[in-house]
Amino acid sequence: MYNFDVEKPTSIADAVAALGREEAQPISGGQTLIPTLKARLAMPSVLVSLRGIAEMQGISTDGQGRLCIGGGTLHAVVAKEAAAQYPALAGLAARIGDPAVRNRGTIGGSVANNDPSACYPSAVLASGATVVTNAREIAADDFFEGMFATALEEGEIVTEVKFPIPEKAHYEKFIQPASRFPLVAVFVAKFADGVRVAVTGASENGVFRWTDAEDALSSNFDAGAIEGLTVDGGGMISDLHGSGDYRAHLVGVMTKRAVAALT
Amino acid sequence: MPKDGGIGASSKRREDIRFLTGEGNYTDDINLHGQAYVFFLRSDIAHGTLNSVDTSAAEAMPGVVKIFTGADFEAVGSIPCGWQVTDKHGEVMQEPRHPVLAHGKVRHVGEPIAAVVAESLSEARDAAEAIVLDITDLPAVIDMKEAVKAGAPKVHDDLTSNLCYDWGFVEENKGAVDQAFKDAAHVTTLELVNNRLVANPMEPRVAVGDYARGTGDHTLYTTSQNPHVIRLLMGAFVLGIPEHKLRVVAPDVGGGFGTKIFHYQEEAFCTFAAKACNRPVKWTSSRSEAFMSDAHGRDHVTKIQMALDKDNNFTALRTDTYANMGAYLSTFAPSVPTWLHGTLMAGNYKTPLIYVNVKAVFTNTVPVDAYRGAGRPEATYQLERLVDKCAHELGVDPIALRRQNFITEFPYATPVAVEYDTGDYVATMDKLEEISDMAGFAARRTASEAKGKLRGFGVNCYIEACGIAPSNLVGQLGARAGLYESATVRVNATGGLVVMTGSHSHGQGHETAFPQVIAEMIGIPEDMIEIVHGDTANTPMGMGTYGSRSLAVGGSAMVRATEKIIAKAKKIASHLLEASEGDIELKDGAFSVAGTDKSVAWGDVTLAAYVPHNYPLEDIEPGLEETAFYDPSNFTYPSGAYACEVELDPETGHVTIERFAAADDFGNIVNPMIVTGQVHGGLAQGIGQALMENCTYDSDGQLLSASYMDYAMPRASDLPFYTVDHSCQTPCTHNPLGVKGCGEAGAIGSPPAVVNAVLDAMRSGGKDVGHIDMPVTPARVWAAMNG
Repeated sequence: MYNFDVEKPTSIADAVAALGREEAQPISGGQTLIPTLKARLAMPSVLVSLRGIAEMQGISTDGQGRLCIGGGTLHAVVAKEAAAQYPALAGLAARIGDPAVRNRGTIGGSVANNDPSACYPSAVLASGATVVTNAREIAADDFFEGMFATALEEGEIVTEVKFPIPEKAHYEKFIQPASRFPLVAVFVAKFADGVRVAVTGASENGVFRWTDAEDALSSNFDAGAIEGLTVDGGGMISDLHGSGDYRAHLVGVMTKRAVAALT
Repeated sequence: MPKDGGIGASSKRREDIRFLTGEGNYTDDINLHGQAYVFFLRSDIAHGTLNSVDTSAAEAMPGVVKIFTGADFEAVGSIPCGWQVTDKHGEVMQEPRHPVLAHGKVRHVGEPIAAVVAESLSEARDAAEAIVLDITDLPAVIDMKEAVKAGAPKVHDDLTSNLCYDWGFVEENKGAVDQAFKDAAHVTTLELVNNRLVANPMEPRVAVGDYARGTGDHTLYTTSQNPHVIRLLMGAFVLGIPEHKLRVVAPDVGGGFGTKIFHYQEEAFCTFAAKACNRPVKWTSSRSEAFMSDAHGRDHVTKIQMALDKDNNFTALRTDTYANMGAYLSTFAPSVPTWLHGTLMAGNYKTPLIYVNVKAVFTNTVPVDAYRGAGRPEATYQLERLVDKCAHELGVDPIALRRQNFITEFPYATPVAVEYDTGDYVATMDKLEEISDMAGFAARRTASEAKGKLRGFGVNCYIEACGIAPSNLVGQLGARAGLYESATVRVNATGGLVVMTGSHSHGQGHETAFPQVIAEMIGIPEDMIEIVHGDTANTPMGMGTYGSRSLAVGGSAMVRATEKIIAKAKKIASHLLEASEGDIELKDGAFSVAGTDKSVAWGDVTLAAYVPHNYPLEDIEPGLEETAFYDPSNFTYPSGAYACEVELDPETGHVTIERFAAADDFGNIVNPMIVTGQVHGGLAQGIGQALMENCTYDSDGQLLSASYMDYAMPRASDLPFYTVDHSCQTPCTHNPLGVKGCGEAGAIGSPPAVVNAVLDAMRSGGKDVGHIDMPVTPARVWAAMNG
């Protein structure tokens, strides 16, 4: 990697100030950024670590009954501490990467990076969560804007994610055999007012909601309800590990399995 | 009752204490006073004219010691190839120059163009980024069949084409084979790909060059399976350093799998640069570099056909293979698809007529060479897939068809030039049917189907040829090396022994298994015996470790040297016991006079050899140290039968290995636990090839599977608990231990069983696709099921 300075602020305000420096780059768990730096594919002048900010750590419940997870919270912590209130989310966190990844990687980092094959964005989108930043609150539907693209402005930090807790939910993941990221994964969340289905790993535009399936499942929450529904393989990722058509097919299979696990 | 020592005991691996506690001494652990670091600037395009390499800005960068380019190596030799194949027309293969650093052209992604030696690795890397390259892109040659077409761009402009050789074996049989196909009652044809692999040893390659200006001595520390071979190849053919001024040390080596046999440019560079810079020069490969600079394995495209008579007897076999050499000839690359592949095409069957054609092709890819099994997995895969396809076309049981065509009498001379000394293929198949619980398969299939899954059962047989030899024969076949092995046994005054072996352990367990043999011969504890290997300064000239040769060849040399030791010790004992030499017996570490209670302990005899006060000085020299070189009279032929049981998810195409059984005949076994471990490791790599691993280039020659993000390695959770049996033992007839070798069997014998099982599962779901190429990924299975 190239040389850089490191700042480790202890408050969100200090972090935002530090990110005002030229060529500054926030770093949370670094599970994407560190390999990028080692490959010399990025050259920030200063890394602003978000790991020392106490107000971005931990899990709590707010007045609306939402599960509020600090942006700097490790996957391993979510896996353990969210298990009682939101088992599908905890289960998702428990199967990200390996123990080393889960004890460095953070929810804020994952959501801000919006890797098209990351696990967390599907849970955020399917839950209809709210992404909280140092500046504002952004609805999940407005947050994810495409592969590695989000509504975040330059220097804006994901400080918290607030998850409404569904009646029931399930995350079904089919892994890419090399990276073990999702080749296709589907998060299904059933709320009193409807079902939300979010798909990761599949689309060239990153995480997306499969609205046809949502409509079908909202009127009949049964795996059979999505029989015959298909997504178009055209906009799907096609690579060494599977064609767009294969991914499109897996979207259906994973959705069915997620629903079957809940019925 | 298991033995607690000696031959046949599962002695615990003594080397694991240091490996598992972080006390190993690997090449990267070697740091010499004043060392500098090298970073190689590697080509990021597959094929291009290298117009210029401007290092002027880089030279001025902080910490730079010296920058080298291809021009610095114009007067230096080519990285040599160790095997010359003669083609079917009697012409020798086309052999391009292989420069240490690219000169004139770049020929694959990852080829080193310039090398920056600097005070630190990061300074070297910074400076490398300041080197300005002027490269004119040329069309890349990637697909082998396209590469040999008239008018294809040439990888090497000074060669007549991209065809390295067109080999026919046995050329004299071709007419008879073709006639047998005309006369056949049935012909089965199969076209398949043996996927390109990256070896991925846990330890990446490392080289540290050192030069002593005061004496003119060179030392190279390197991650090698055969330091003497590197000394000879690099010293004699590349750098012009005589062996007595060049020491090559391969200390603890963290896995090789073939890819650390070869002499690489980075070794020659570090040795050369240490003198040019007058300080030690170190290179440690990153994992990313390993993907594009370690020799790859396999990469064959084959059409194979079997002719059968009306009674389903195999009457003839012919194959047509394109073998990828990559951009240059790696050390033993030409031998892999020819003598290590064509000679194995008989497999376990008495097919009377065989013809093998192999076209070796240059492409703009990383050189391809031996990888665990080397040629034998390619032979086994195509043959055992073909036999399964025959059985299904004919509507007969695949195991019955195999049994019907088994070779049953030994020795057996195949039509492809080798003679199997021993084997019992019926016995290993019987054992396989037992340990795989074939009888219970139907119930297991029913249980899988109840879960919505398909279940398949696949078998295959394999024959392997290990300990390639004898030297005079391999010389005729084109080897530019002998294939003997050496050992010096040094007995110390108080009775302990040191064995200096030309074999090299990079995980195999020689330090444990070799002492078991000597302990058995002399009757002393294993811990009195130490194995020294890996340093040309203190071991006799040896050929190293690959091709499952260490115990069969290196162990035999050790036995011969120990026999000389025992013979001399008996002379000393006879003097001490005042008895006739012919009456002296060695048992349990003591020499006794037959029929009497007179005896003298091993340690008393060894002490007398070094303190020769009461000693027959007029008849024999003091001391107790002997060397033997052993050149085998034939290969050894391990064999076996493997069974794989898979579960297939028809909705996703995902295949899991539910059971895997291996029944091997390795001849006599020294350490059953180590043998089991070797089979386990081989199976992991074979299953990895069959299900997951795939080294792929795009049409521009960019390596698509260039990291673990895209190159899928098998992990523990991808593998079942294996059932491994090696109780079927037909000892090798021509080496003193009766051993055959076990290191590669698992990787050779497993891929066809996996693919046969997957196809069986698909058939049970109503889909008979005939063949599916490896790796059998979920996407491929799904596409085949829905094609």
